Amino acid sequence: MISRETRDIIVNGLWKQNPSLVQLLGLCPLLAISNSVVNSLSLGLATTLVMAVASASVSLVRNFIPHEIRIPTFVLIIAAAVTVVDLLMNAYVHPLYLVLGVFIPLITTNCIVLARVETFASKRSTFNSVLDAVMMGLGLTLVLVVLGALREVGGKGTLFSGLDLALGPAARDWVVTVLPDYQGFLLAILPPGAFIGLGLLIALKNGIEAMRQARRARPVPALQT
Amino acid sequence: MPGSPHISLQRNSVRAVMLKVLAALVPGVIVHAWVFGPGIWVSLLVCTAFAYLFEALALAMRNLPLKPFLTDGSVLVTAWLLALSMPTLLPWWIYAVGMLIAVLVAKHLYGGLGQNLFNPAMVGYAALIVSFPMYMNLWPAPVSVASHTPNLMEAFDLVFAGQGAVSPDAYTAATPMDAVRAHVRAGGRAEEIARESFKLIGKETLVLTYLLGGVLLLATRVITWHIPVAFLAGVTVTAGVLYGLDPARYADPLFHLVTGSTMLGAFFILTDPVSASGTPRGKLIYAGLAGFITVLIRTYGNYPDGVAFSVLLMNMAVPFIDAHTQPRVFGEARGRRGGS
Repeated sequence: MISRETRDIIVNGLWKQNPSLVQLLGLCPLLAISNSVVNSLSLGLATTLVMAVASASVSLVRNFIPHEIRIPTFVLIIAAAVTVVDLLMNAYVHPLYLVLGVFIPLITTNCIVLARVETFASKRSTFNSVLDAVMMGLGLTLVLVVLGALREVGGKGTLFSGLDLALGPAARDWVVTVLPDYQGFLLAILPPGAFIGLGLLIALKNGIEAMRQARRARPVPALQT
Repeated sequence: MPGSPHISLQRNSVRAVMLKVLAALVPGVIVHAWVFGPGIWVSLLVCTAFAYLFEALALAMRNLPLKPFLTDGSVLVTAWLLALSMPTLLPWWIYAVGMLIAVLVAKHLYGGLGQNLFNPAMVGYAALIVSFPMYMNLWPAPVSVASHTPNLMEAFDLVFAGQGAVSPDAYTAATPMDAVRAHVRAGGRAEEIARESFKLIGKETLVLTYLLGGVLLLATRVITWHIPVAFLAGVTVTAGVLYGLDPARYADPLFHLVTGSTMLGAFFILTDPVSASGTPRGKLIYAGLAGFITVLIRTYGNYPDGVAFSVLLMNMAVPFIDAHTQPRVFGEARGRRGGS
């Protein structure tokens, strides 16, 4: 049985308050790294992990943190979580770590992590905080992956290139060539592609919302010819 | 925005202005076909077709009436300007992508006719040169020096069916600007190759016809003198200073005036009434700086021409320029800024 509160948290994270499409937070890594599905997915999951750990820790100690110095405390906790993820990725997926480079340490400064800790985890129960962090993280990851897929197919005509960086050389053959003999559309890979692609995704989300609202306002479909 | 009175006469309707611009471009197109072969007809045709397709699509999606917008000729001007500033004989889909970006992204995403911050044709050009540098450097050689100039049928084949029996080497050549840049990098003197390419190209004729078209626009008061004069002055002065500093490394001002899309830019591209500055002093600043940036990009950049990028950069500065160059309203005290 899923309570109403739990459901709200899930819907907010994935759709209604989606960090990338609605709150527009944490856009810097989103725009910088989303040039392929593999990069997007790995940075998205790393951010989700950091958010979960940071939110869990903060909500556990939320009653012991003096209000006046809460932001520095939160940042320290987030930085600790990021360091753990950073070292883990360095140890186990080193090639991918090299590709993502500075954007892993930069998760510390990602506004969405601090935003969720400050507005949610510092006020709510641990279970709800972790759920919120994971759902927000997945919402971010989802947009990152869609944007990464758009830019990769548009720019290079492939999907999942660079998977071997995460899963070892065996994964090299898993690259899906969506458009064979594709000439490449550099604009999609370059930074403007990220801005245009994100703009299109936001427009799509707003379009879907507007359509649903219009349908709700007119429950009986007009059947006149 | 120019100040009041906002007189709207039929002869100044969007349609009338656009038709005059198109008419002024016609001599340039004909001479282009004469200097570079009939490829321009094909690229004009492809660009026009896709321009109307995307314009109709955008209007349908935005629930706007098709007829007034499709017949006002503005999208045709965008199509022709893009076709004239690009190499001919490229595969058709490159023109299609260019028009898609020009019409859908640069024009309609910003709100359609009259709302676009950037010159649509130049946005299309910039996107193409960033995305497909290999193709965008395949400039056709002038008929006078090409070993083979594709005729109209071969041009259609090249555009729609891809490379046939003809190798691109037979009908393409480095542009004079590229030639000078390569020559200087190899340690030669700029003026040798600049003079040499002049003789070969015969492109002055084309430049003169754009100039003629521009004079036509001036005479019919579609444009004012400010933008062309300031742009050409900006190019001449910047190139002149560089040439004066070291004639061996920099091409002379005349070279910059007659190569690339300087003339096309001065009279047809920079003067786009939507994205250009609207105040007299603003126009001088806008176009003068565009000329300065053009020569800088040509001299120090890696892209074949600087006009498109300088136009886009200055488009961005237009709201700022306009806000600070509002003409003094009659009766207002001197020295006070209007508008702010």
